[in-house]
Amino acid sequence: MDMQVQGQGQAPGVDPHDSQGARSYLIGLMYAVALTLASFWAATTPLVYAPAVPVLLAALAIAQMGVHVSFFLHISSAPDQANNFLALAFGVFVTALIVFGSMMIMTNLNHNMMSMDELMKMQR
Amino acid sequence: MSAGEQALTAMPGVPLALRGPASVRVVAGFGFWLFLLSDVILFAALFATYSVLSGSTAGGPSAAELFDKRHVFLETLCLLASSVTCGFGLLALHRTDARAMYFWMAITLVLGISFLSMEGTEFASMVAAGAGPTHSAFLSAFFTLVGTHGLHVSLGLVWLVVMLLQAATLGLQPMVSRRFFCFALFWHALDIVWIGVFTIVYLGAK
Amino acid sequence: MFGRLSWSAIPFDQPIVMGTCATVGAGLLVVFALVTVKGWWPYLWREWITSVDHKRIGVMYMILGLIMLVRGFSDAIMMRTQLALAAGHAAGYLPPEHYDQIFSAHGTIMIFFVAMPFVIGLMNFALPLQLGVRDVAFPVLNSVSFWLTAAGVLLVNLSLFVGEFARTGWLAYPPLSELAYSPGVGVDYYLWSLQLSGLGTLLSGINLTTTILKLRAPGMGYKRMPVFCWTALASNLLIVAAFPVLTATFAMLLLDRYCGFHFFTNDLGGNPMMYVNLIWIWGHPEVYILILPAFGVFSEVVATFSGKPLFGYRSMVLATMAICVLSWFVWLHHFFTMGAGADVNAFFGIATMIIAIPTGVKVFNWLFTLYGGRVQFTVPIYWALGFIVTFVIGGMTGVLMAIPPADFVLHNSLFLIAHFHNVAIGGVVFGAMAGYSYWFPKAFGFKLNERLGKAIFWCWFLGFYLAFMPLYALGLMGATRRMQHYPNTHWQPLMLVALAGAVVILLGIALTAVQLAVSIRQRHANRDRTGDPWNARTLEWSIPSPPPAWNFTRLPSVERTDAYWHMKEEGVSHRALPGTFVDLHVPRNTPVGVFLAFFAMILGFALTWRIYWLAVVGLVGAVAVVLVQSWRTDRERLVPAEEVAAFEHAHGVLPEIGHDRSDVRVASGVGS
Repeated sequence: MDMQVQGQGQAPGVDPHDSQGARSYLIGLMYAVALTLASFWAATTPLVYAPAVPVLLAALAIAQMGVHVSFFLHISSAPDQANNFLALAFGVFVTALIVFGSMMIMTNLNHNMMSMDELMKMQR
Repeated sequence: MSAGEQALTAMPGVPLALRGPASVRVVAGFGFWLFLLSDVILFAALFATYSVLSGSTAGGPSAAELFDKRHVFLETLCLLASSVTCGFGLLALHRTDARAMYFWMAITLVLGISFLSMEGTEFASMVAAGAGPTHSAFLSAFFTLVGTHGLHVSLGLVWLVVMLLQAATLGLQPMVSRRFFCFALFWHALDIVWIGVFTIVYLGAK
Repeated sequence: MFGRLSWSAIPFDQPIVMGTCATVGAGLLVVFALVTVKGWWPYLWREWITSVDHKRIGVMYMILGLIMLVRGFSDAIMMRTQLALAAGHAAGYLPPEHYDQIFSAHGTIMIFFVAMPFVIGLMNFALPLQLGVRDVAFPVLNSVSFWLTAAGVLLVNLSLFVGEFARTGWLAYPPLSELAYSPGVGVDYYLWSLQLSGLGTLLSGINLTTTILKLRAPGMGYKRMPVFCWTALASNLLIVAAFPVLTATFAMLLLDRYCGFHFFTNDLGGNPMMYVNLIWIWGHPEVYILILPAFGVFSEVVATFSGKPLFGYRSMVLATMAICVLSWFVWLHHFFTMGAGADVNAFFGIATMIIAIPTGVKVFNWLFTLYGGRVQFTVPIYWALGFIVTFVIGGMTGVLMAIPPADFVLHNSLFLIAHFHNVAIGGVVFGAMAGYSYWFPKAFGFKLNERLGKAIFWCWFLGFYLAFMPLYALGLMGATRRMQHYPNTHWQPLMLVALAGAVVILLGIALTAVQLAVSIRQRHANRDRTGDPWNARTLEWSIPSPPPAWNFTRLPSVERTDAYWHMKEEGVSHRALPGTFVDLHVPRNTPVGVFLAFFAMILGFALTWRIYWLAVVGLVGAVAVVLVQSWRTDRERLVPAEEVAAFEHAHGVLPEIGHDRSDVRVASGVGS
């Protein structure tokens, strides 16, 4: 087919710094292990103010996902990654909406409505 | 393609969007990326359901009572390591070093199988203890979310084996190496989903 | 051995069903016999069933949609007749258990197997042609998508003759759809057929999004794409993001039904409202998936037949992408009455009103395009004008119900039914019909009969108002949906008017079949040899009708929007010159799609009836097909330069739209 040089941007997962090879993966591994250890520590330590633990865990998880996206998948805001980045952003947007939207709505519903258990007891 | 069209598309100042149809590699990679995002959204629905139902234990065991963090930590390291070895395999593919590629992909396979066996024993012990998926909404949601991730890992490993067979029989032609790149995307994405799983399900357990 | 399947699954005691079975069976036999006797099987297999050509697949989607329209509409006529009869003490002729299956099937079929195929079919056909490229990104996957949808169709139709269909409405809310309250196979048929076709749709979404973002003619930047391509992009992005939610939700309901899980059950902590929440997270984007391509069709039609560029290209694009994002913020308006507090309801109510704004922008742009143009009153413009009036009314009633207190009165009443049919018929159906008549000459090389086309429009337009305006009134009077009979005899006259409207629409559908037959018979008289019967603006009209398998012999070089119009204005042709023809490659046809769908259908049927060994056969077969296909290396077919040249010479006539042939020159790219 009539294909030519680099139309429409780069495929996702292609390392722009090919020559450096394994470096990106090793640095990413380092950060990821550190963040994983930090997460497990945060969940079990008494040193962090208890209500803040979920927030800390979320931050560490998001950071580690960022490490994966950047160091393993090589997605960035470079112009030839624009489609990949925007698609990812759209996916993240919808994911956040589904998870947080559902949690907020269902909490609201559960707060206002009788639970299924109580309803079923009324049936008998 | 005419000389004029080639001039248009190869000119350095021409924006990427104007350069005409992309190559097969880019098209396949991007299409697979979109599929992965749709898969992430499937997990989002399962995460949302888990978050909503995690308190509905129906008098049965709760998350905090059931989960062993050390076990999960080992699983996490296995999967993370397999992501890195998969990356190494891809680098070998890029250099068309078939032996190194087979080596690193085999390590990836082994690490993936270790992850699955650890998860399998966890599920089996929960079921044996009377905490199977049919016992409460929380347990249904747990087994489905974590089980779907495990199913994706299993299918990924089957795909990897098929890919290695294809590489052995068809050689490392463009069609085959494109698919390895897609596999790598898939494998990294599964590790990203796992970050969500261990954070929300295991570390977030109350 | 056969799970729950036995001879008692065939409803011998239901005369209406057995009568339908006999008629459909006879019809199929006649068709098969005709095809066999005429020796058409090899041609059909080679050129259509195994085709990976987006144009052929698009046509097949349209045919599928039209056939299912007949079944969906039969359900509608049955419901209207029942309601016209069952006033006061009368019971009508359809017992409740039967009626419940009919309204469930009606909704399921119309949304999933009529509207979606129409919209995907139009996008499939037109997108690569408008983008100036040879095919979609993944031609084989395209075939798989189509055949998976067909497998879903087959399962849904099988449910009529073997077993039963769901009685739970088109969305199958639990706890009614759980095993405890729907122990039969109806809900399983529903779930498996939609999982199959849903997978097909998701793959289509990925395919078309990739096509729009990665495969465009040289020079066609995003701001030079036709507006139809922008609306298709938004629609397909929504498909990619929304359909996984449907898959996950149905999977959870299936786990409840098959494996005893407790996601949505009444006991052990299940929460049925979570299903309602998730299904509408899919459901609201779904309606935008359907309407956005229709908006795109109207943008093309209005611009072409006003003889002017579309007014406000930028604002059209912004409005389209705004709708794509905003459609994720309104889903709770489908269940205002189901337990959320006033604060949550208020947020979603306001968001629902806000989303009407970009649509309003679009309507004004269409009106401003028509204003000052020399409007040609062709059949597509009739549909466009009918749409503008009808859709705006439907949109307004939607904004009315966006006010939660109003919705508390009107939720699940016939007012709601009237609203969504208003936008679905006025928007999606009118858009599909406009696209059908607009692009038919491109697909087949001859126009559809104009007079019949206008008659069809009037039948749909008048029939719609007759059928649904009474329902608005009835809804305000308190009539609910899914109602098999009603005690208030004062409602009956309005029900009769609604029935009359349905009959008028039925006439329109019948005339569609007649129009097709007549047009085929008159095809030589109506032959279009220019490729551009409408004097249109976009690239698909710059190639012969029907286009060759490779679409463009030479990919056009695009410099601005309405690329073809400007080529005509400047006397420039992008057609390849003799002596420049080269060998081309097109994707080779393959039976992968039909074989995969066949095994998928076996899997779905077997799981519905709990015939687990057969399910394994289906799964193994499907996997085997995928594996065999993945090892194939001969995926392309060479089209020799001689064949390309022969086609070009046979269709060498350039459109003679007021240009002296002597000043025709060939575009050779920017700057030369």
